Amino acid sequence: MKPLFSQGPSAASRVMSLGAVALILILLSTYTTILDPLRARLATLTSPFYSLVNAPGQAVSWAQGSLRSREQLQRENGAMKAELLIHKRKLQQMASLAAENVRLRQLLNSAEMVKDRVLVAELIGISPDPLTHRVIVNKGLQHGVYLGQPLLDAAGLMGQVVEVSDYTSQVLLITDATHALPVQVNRNGVRAVAEGIGDLYQLKLRHLANTVDVREGDLLVSSGLGQRFPVGYPVAKVVSVVHDPGQPFARVVARPEAQLNRSRHVLLVFSGEHSEAPVGAQ
Amino acid sequence: MSMVKPHNRWVILMTFIGALVLAIFPIGSANGWLRPEFVPMLVIYWVMVMPQQSSIFSLWCLGCVLDLLEGVALGQHAMALMVVAYVCLLSYQRIRNYTLWHQTFVVFVIIGLHQLVDNWVHSLQGSAAQSLIFLLPAFASALMWPVVWLSLEKLRVSYRVS
Repeated sequence: MKPLFSQGPSAASRVMSLGAVALILILLSTYTTILDPLRARLATLTSPFYSLVNAPGQAVSWAQGSLRSREQLQRENGAMKAELLIHKRKLQQMASLAAENVRLRQLLNSAEMVKDRVLVAELIGISPDPLTHRVIVNKGLQHGVYLGQPLLDAAGLMGQVVEVSDYTSQVLLITDATHALPVQVNRNGVRAVAEGIGDLYQLKLRHLANTVDVREGDLLVSSGLGQRFPVGYPVAKVVSVVHDPGQPFARVVARPEAQLNRSRHVLLVFSGEHSEAPVGAQ
Repeated sequence: MSMVKPHNRWVILMTFIGALVLAIFPIGSANGWLRPEFVPMLVIYWVMVMPQQSSIFSLWCLGCVLDLLEGVALGQHAMALMVVAYVCLLSYQRIRNYTLWHQTFVVFVIIGLHQLVDNWVHSLQGSAAQSLIFLLPAFASALMWPVVWLSLEKLRVSYRVS
């Protein structure tokens, strides 16, 4: 009788060999960086999907924008002008504070702090995998984005760029389980490392001794150690500190300041040796 | 390769593009685990109805595209889809004859396998799920299976895809 599976064995061997190739690719992606340039090139394949997915959302916000009443727009305008006035007042003080800072540092013979330059970008996609906290922004190599560049939103640090293609980049958020960020407590300068645990609202400070002076409500800012993130940007607020004398380390949990699941407009910071502007950013 | 003449194969491509769009459609970060896995479901369907004409290499490439879209290790979904395709190739003759509700359970098991492979690759990087919550998409996919199967059957019959 004619066998039903005339193609049977060859399908199985194809599956096995392609499965083995996939496994090799997984191991290469996870433990080496050989495939990163390839991934950046292939990112051009994926941008049409994200544009397609964004189209309904953008159409809805365009419709909402066009249908606003004149009174609503005037009210919004007034509120924004008031907020801008408050921020401008804070800025007035900043100029003198910055100058004082420079003078004090000169007195101590410290190195001068380099001013950071920022580039406004927009979030065009979020990774759908709940275990992978990555987002896609609409600035790439053409705009001067580099690998490892920090990303912030209006409230605090959000993450760093891990993949750059021509017109888009992929950013790893600080709450991803594979991300860690050197921070210091704003109040007393205690240094720690804030690690993501895969939860959008929690960062863990691991390996802090039980005697360390950290309290609930403390603001954690980036310490600049590791030379990846610039100094002084807010990262998180401590939510709970548990000192268990039986445990070797204190259990400190912090909540990120940045609105990781809501921000649409973000800033890419050119820090350190990247702060000299070519053109285009301010 | 096989005796059947290809007819309207572009329908298959369109359904996979639709599945990829649904895979990344934003549904809110709180609902991340409730998203049905449309790409493996479509793989199950098309391998079941056309096992001899399924191109395993195209499924592998589809897995790689899904990896690039999601920002995970390259090859993760490729390997998972290989597992799904293999299980379907081994058992399509039985599953075709099951009732829709019986098929739902089989789909739950197969998507559960797919999620297991996914979670294993995540565990290599240290980002594995902390509980069995990674099987929740398998539930959601099983619940969506009757809808998916009926609409794809309608599509396949009306376009006479072969």
